[in-house]
Amino acid sequence: MAKKLMKGAEAIGEAAVQAGCHLFFGYPITPQNEIPEYLSSRMPQVGGAFVQAESEVASINMLYGAAGAGERVMTSSSSPGISLMAEGISYCAGAELPVVIVNIMRAGPGLGGILPSQADYFQTTKGMAHGDFRLLALAPWSIQEAADLVQDAFDLADYYRNPVMVVGDGLIGQMMEPVEFYEDRQPIKELPPKTWASTGWKRDRPKAIINSLFLDPAELERHNFHLKEKYDLMERDEVRFATYGAVDSADVVIIAYGTVARVCLSAIEALEQEGIKVAMVRPITLWPFPYKAVREVASKAKDILVVELSTGQMIEDVRLALHRPRPIHFHCRLGGMLVSPEEVIDKVKAIKAGTSEEVQHA
Amino acid sequence: MPEAVFVRPDSLSDVSTHYCPGCTHGIIHRLVAEVIDELGIRDRTVGVAPVGCSVLAYNYFDCDFHEAAHGRAPAVATGIKRARPDLAVFSYQGDGDLASIGMAEIVHCANRGEKITVVFVNNAIYGMTGGQMAPTTMPGQVATTCQMGRDVDLVGHPIRVAELISTLRTPAFIARASSHSPLAAVNAKEMLRRAFTYQVEERCFSLVEVLSTCPTNWGLTPAESTEWLEKTMLPYYPLGVFKTPDGDDRAPLPRKP
Repeated sequence: MAKKLMKGAEAIGEAAVQAGCHLFFGYPITPQNEIPEYLSSRMPQVGGAFVQAESEVASINMLYGAAGAGERVMTSSSSPGISLMAEGISYCAGAELPVVIVNIMRAGPGLGGILPSQADYFQTTKGMAHGDFRLLALAPWSIQEAADLVQDAFDLADYYRNPVMVVGDGLIGQMMEPVEFYEDRQPIKELPPKTWASTGWKRDRPKAIINSLFLDPAELERHNFHLKEKYDLMERDEVRFATYGAVDSADVVIIAYGTVARVCLSAIEALEQEGIKVAMVRPITLWPFPYKAVREVASKAKDILVVELSTGQMIEDVRLALHRPRPIHFHCRLGGMLVSPEEVIDKVKAIKAGTSEEVQHA
Repeated sequence: MPEAVFVRPDSLSDVSTHYCPGCTHGIIHRLVAEVIDELGIRDRTVGVAPVGCSVLAYNYFDCDFHEAAHGRAPAVATGIKRARPDLAVFSYQGDGDLASIGMAEIVHCANRGEKITVVFVNNAIYGMTGGQMAPTTMPGQVATTCQMGRDVDLVGHPIRVAELISTLRTPAFIARASSHSPLAAVNAKEMLRRAFTYQVEERCFSLVEVLSTCPTNWGLTPAESTEWLEKTMLPYYPLGVFKTPDGDDRAPLPRKP
């Protein structure tokens, strides 16, 4: 297919359809409304269903039903709506259901604002809801990557029978960029038939019970260990990241994800003109986090700079990656304000000049 | 040759249930299973269990099942039915599940006209958690969170779910039955049969409220419980059909040109 200029939200919706998802359940919330709006007219064209649910709580439970019946299904929302879905996502993880959730993050806490933010990093990566589960989280930095990752998300969800989240910010939802969908796209995983799904029991397989209730503690412990094995596999096989700039000899290495990383790349290119060598590691999977890549690149750089649209939530993972205490510098904008390349350039220069204050660890 | 005149329905598993003596969940399970058998839809039926006493219903019905989060069974059923319209989907929910935490889900599922069947078991109390007040607890009825009896000035009157859902224009088969006597159970089965039949005919959303007993948490013997249901609940929760697909209240409204 030829490249087409698409708004991020529409590209995300179309990517789901291209991935064979014919079911969407969602509730309106800014800044992601264009996803359900697009799919409300697109789903009927492919013989699928779009349902505007009464709440995010209902949406995620509709996903639980549809995924349990063996079909690909997606919802999208923004930060407060994701909080409402958290309980249901835990149930999906417990019942091992492949569902895809898109979070177009806005600034919080509470109602916060409707402009771009990365304030849900902890929520996404550190235990969104009750119980011992992990959420595979993919963070695109462009509309093309958003479209690609949404399609991958369905394969990963099916393969691991686990919820997968695509995490963008308001820019990913609202920007327009050229996007290409590949007609011959193949699944990125070998996907077995869903013999576990509740499709009507003809007694030719075990009865399908889609469930997260295990009243026998020994049975639940076995289930928890089984889930842990899946999370271990994800940590081993699904880490995604990209590196940029002078990864072998940087003065400063930047750790940034999503659209913030694009701003940082502009800064890196400008700094290169001035002879300042900067590298960047961009996590594409927020969970599993690319600890090894960050450690390796950071080991060759003099200083480390984390740039985020939050008060420094990702610093925790960067610190874990380093294995030993090292100075970390930090720059952020909050509340829906954006980081500019000039701010990053100034910060890097300040680090080099020794006038940037390190992040203090307790 | 001896002839079997009473057998376990094919749609019920051959297991013992955990229900207390005198509880009518077992009867209602059986009625639902008989209807599924008689309609010949067991192999394309998917049930949705609630959180509450019937949380383990998936072990008792011999068909595919989902266990839903508390109150969310109608949303889960919506997801299943939209994914696979060829399946017969029913939720089985108690009064805490459906009429309290799940009120939004049941109202909107009914109002969208999802072609599913809801079996709503009303025993006027929270059973599994130990006898707390439910939205359906009768005025003056003692529960562990209203130990002097339900005070309607403080907490309002019990919710009549069948009547409430009947005020919506879309849902099309709404009935209330009971399980406290053999005759009532025969009538309940007829209501369930109509409800499932409308779904199989792809006609409409259907809900049957079935009054039920809870001797354990009511603090009564099974015999006293059926008597209490008849004397106390029946006058407040009248039995009958509140809405049918062919009723006048579903005639098309005049559309604007």
